[in-house]
Amino acid sequence: MRKVLLFGLVILTGICFVGRLFYLQIYSSDAYDINTDNAIRKVFHYPKRGYIYDRNDSLLVANQPSYDVMVIPRDVEPLDTILFCSLLKIKKLDFLKSYNRAYRYSPRLPSVFLSHLSKENYAFLSEKLRKFKGFYIQKRSVRDYQTSIGANVLGFIAEANTKEIEADPYYKLGDLTGKQGVEISYENTLRGVKGIKYIQKDIYNKDIGAYKDGVFDTLPIPGKNIKITIDSELQAYGELLMQNKIGGIVAIEPSTGEILSLVSAPSYNPNLLVGRQRSKNYTKLYQDSIHRPLIDKGLIRMHEPGSPFKVLVALTALEEQVIDTKTNIICSGKYIYGKKKRTMMCHCGGGFRNLNLGITYSCNSYFAMAFRSTIEKYGNASQSMDRWSHHIKSFGLGSFLGNDLSVGKKGNIPNGNYYDTWYPDFQWGATTIISNAIGQGEILVTPIQLANMTAAIANKGYYYTPHIIKYIEGETMNTNFTTPKQVSINPDYFEPVIEGMHNVYKKGTASFLNVPGIEICGKTGTAENFTKIDGVRQQLTDHSIFIAFAPKKDPKIAIAILVENGRYGARWAGRIASLMIEKYIRGAISLKRMERLVIEKSLEDEYLKPYSGKPFKINEE
Amino acid sequence: MNLNRSNSFQLDWVTVIIFMALVVFGYFNILSASAAGEFTSYFDITKPYGKQLIFILCSIILIILILSVDAKFYERFASIIYIGSLLSLAGLFIAGKQINGATSWYDFGGITLQPSEFAKFATILALAKYISDLQTNIRDKKDQVKAAILVSIPAFLILLQNDAGSTLVFGSLFFVFYREGIPQYYLLFGMFVAILAIATLKFSATIVCVSIATLLLIYHFFFKRKKKKIGGVLTILIFSIGLSFSVQWAYNNVLQKHQQDRIELWLRLEKDPVKLEAMKRNISYNLNESEKAIRSGGTFGKGFMDGTRTKGKFVPEQHTDYIFSTVGEEWGFFGSSMVVILFVLLILRILFLSEQQKSQFSRVYGYGVASILFVHFLINIGMVMGLIPTIGIPLPFFSYGGSGLWAFTILVFIFLKLDSNRLNEW
Repeated sequence: MRKVLLFGLVILTGICFVGRLFYLQIYSSDAYDINTDNAIRKVFHYPKRGYIYDRNDSLLVANQPSYDVMVIPRDVEPLDTILFCSLLKIKKLDFLKSYNRAYRYSPRLPSVFLSHLSKENYAFLSEKLRKFKGFYIQKRSVRDYQTSIGANVLGFIAEANTKEIEADPYYKLGDLTGKQGVEISYENTLRGVKGIKYIQKDIYNKDIGAYKDGVFDTLPIPGKNIKITIDSELQAYGELLMQNKIGGIVAIEPSTGEILSLVSAPSYNPNLLVGRQRSKNYTKLYQDSIHRPLIDKGLIRMHEPGSPFKVLVALTALEEQVIDTKTNIICSGKYIYGKKKRTMMCHCGGGFRNLNLGITYSCNSYFAMAFRSTIEKYGNASQSMDRWSHHIKSFGLGSFLGNDLSVGKKGNIPNGNYYDTWYPDFQWGATTIISNAIGQGEILVTPIQLANMTAAIANKGYYYTPHIIKYIEGETMNTNFTTPKQVSINPDYFEPVIEGMHNVYKKGTASFLNVPGIEICGKTGTAENFTKIDGVRQQLTDHSIFIAFAPKKDPKIAIAILVENGRYGARWAGRIASLMIEKYIRGAISLKRMERLVIEKSLEDEYLKPYSGKPFKINEE
Repeated sequence: MNLNRSNSFQLDWVTVIIFMALVVFGYFNILSASAAGEFTSYFDITKPYGKQLIFILCSIILIILILSVDAKFYERFASIIYIGSLLSLAGLFIAGKQINGATSWYDFGGITLQPSEFAKFATILALAKYISDLQTNIRDKKDQVKAAILVSIPAFLILLQNDAGSTLVFGSLFFVFYREGIPQYYLLFGMFVAILAIATLKFSATIVCVSIATLLLIYHFFFKRKKKKIGGVLTILIFSIGLSFSVQWAYNNVLQKHQQDRIELWLRLEKDPVKLEAMKRNISYNLNESEKAIRSGGTFGKGFMDGTRTKGKFVPEQHTDYIFSTVGEEWGFFGSSMVVILFVLLILRILFLSEQQKSQFSRVYGYGVASILFVHFLINIGMVMGLIPTIGIPLPFFSYGGSGLWAFTILVFIFLKLDSNRLNEW
């Protein structure tokens, strides 16, 4: 016992120590990561953010320097605050507030004292800066918009929030990231990769040299410039036409799927979201709950498509061979169906209606018949509905389209199962869901889906996924955007339908919208819509909807327009469609009167009506 | 074989090799901890690593000197060495230089010497000589007291110089006494006192006394055969109460604030985890940083001269008392375990050799060396890893400092000299 006591203790101690080392270094220690070591300072070098050009190479978004006044509180010596404040054009109270905030953050580390100094203030200050110890100016790069249009398309950048930082460790507090539009869709391309310098610091936070002689340091990789498919002239014109209205325009080049313009109204000047007034302006835009200027109406405003949908109803009926071009009815101004003799009104004026005339005059009865025949083709309504739904969806409706835009809505195209669930104890049939025939009922679409559908019709049976990117420096195009998507309708069936759409302009619902010299095919649409005010469902003035493509042979543009609460389709949406098409194809406007009428029209009263608190009437002047 | 000649080839090479490994590895860690990105030249004597290299070269000369002196010299001159050492300690009160609050250094124009380091081997020599004296019987109370006084004088002098850590080292000589035959109950008594003291600090004197009384009562009434005599039980109880309360009193009144804090942190007396974290950061700042450095080393370490926390001088006193944190950070689990194992092997080897000695002097001395090394190893590494409250004593061969290195070199090599001579002993 006497001999072994110390032996034992020594061995025991050794075991304890190795155990403790195991606990500290292996069990409870994470793998060493240079990025979390607080003995290493990481200094980031931000690359130049890529420029954005439009399809005609005009520069839309560039960068500009922004100057932040920085302060290291410990280094500040007593100063002439009155002079300092007058140079920066701030009040003494603000000075103290900023200074104290910086001091609370850290007396030793630099903080932003005043951000986004204007160029003039910067000039004044930099002259006198040496008088103010502890203050210095840090240059940052912010966006410089060369245009006042396309805010929804271009988007904006802002400091990454906590959620974004968590999702992608690339971002650190204070880093800028795309928040909307192209800036977010092509964030990784535009931002480049920031360079990192690892610097060994000591306990006093002083830099004592590069970590491992800089072997881990990286150089910044500049962001790539991109070219987008937007035609900025057309976009500007679209925004002009849409002023004082709410809605969206989506114009697509059918032969490529390139988005020529993506107008969301009302819009805002993108320069509002740069600089010191940014957050004030953002709050203002964000809080406008009537106009919702930050929402891209062309992409996410879901609505019933209304009559333009009849074109697809016709195509599916043709494909299912339940009608042909000669199938005809006599419209009596209403369509009567079901055992209870329910009626659907028709405003076409009545008379002999075949496919062509049905489209030309937008005859509800004709399409109710066509839809009913399609759904009643097979004994089982659910099965027929599935086939119908499949055809409709092949036009890109009811899906996100797989485009390169940051936001979108799926919309809704019901199938058999949808109604089986809806009517569990009831055998539904074509007449139960007859409103779908005229693009109402359960159908929901977004303007971009309508534009894409129009492009598919213009192409007679295929479309390219709509996209906004035209060219990225040194990269080839995403093949998703260069391979055509076939619709499930035989190309031969498009000819009569397009003929009908052409007649809409020649003698139908849009005859007064004709643009001399351009063969346009289009379809008007009017969609009922409802809102809830104080919990009461109220019907509002109809949405004015229009789809068109032109020229008839070799289409150059397919367009879909939504003017919210603009009454019938030809009224505003149709006029805008004609003007946009002429602007794009001809580059000049001959319909001067129509142009003035549209530009001067304000629907502001219409939008405020439901919120006035008084009873109101819809669909009237 | 010439039995009268002290043959240096009879040196125990295992010990020598372990010793060399520790010194060399220690040097490289001092180099890393003190160069910290501003390395100039190996011989730059303005830097600790430059000085340490010179200290190591000097210790080689010391080794040669020690080995060339006849083994009998150490036994014969033990008393004189001891008295010289006491005088050098006492001299500090007149000519001592204060560093870090302790008046433990002589300053010879830039070269500082710390007599308390040398007092260790002097004391062991004296103790070995006293115990091995034929007239001494360590089982005798009188001689026990005398031997204890022998150890206590230098310990007390060092305590007066405000170097409590080094004083504590002398306590390790208890192992020598125990090995040489003091009664078993000393050990039991020592353990009882230690447990009682820690329990008192952790749970307060009242709780400890009440529970001891309860236990003794249960013992008295249920397990004791002769129920009438209550004297023994009462003695233990009264002693415990006295001890418990005096420990509490001493903790509150004798200990300095920083010592109280260290104990408070070690025993986790603060229950609020937020406050505990704050304490860890403020009071035991060094410990917290050293634990962080060791932790960050992981399995294989960051590599020689690549410890980010070492380079940034995050651990204060890293090249002296906290040198093990450099090992932990730069060499990782394998490197630091290696150091622990080397120390264990060295101490075990010395113990093993001690047991083989024919002369009692050599055995007692060897045991003393092992005890001193053990307590340094235990306290220093235990402290750096946060297992033991902060007590500032160096890690043998690793910590920067000439006095320490030389004292430990002398300690070990006198023993090796004695050991090499054992065949000459009859």
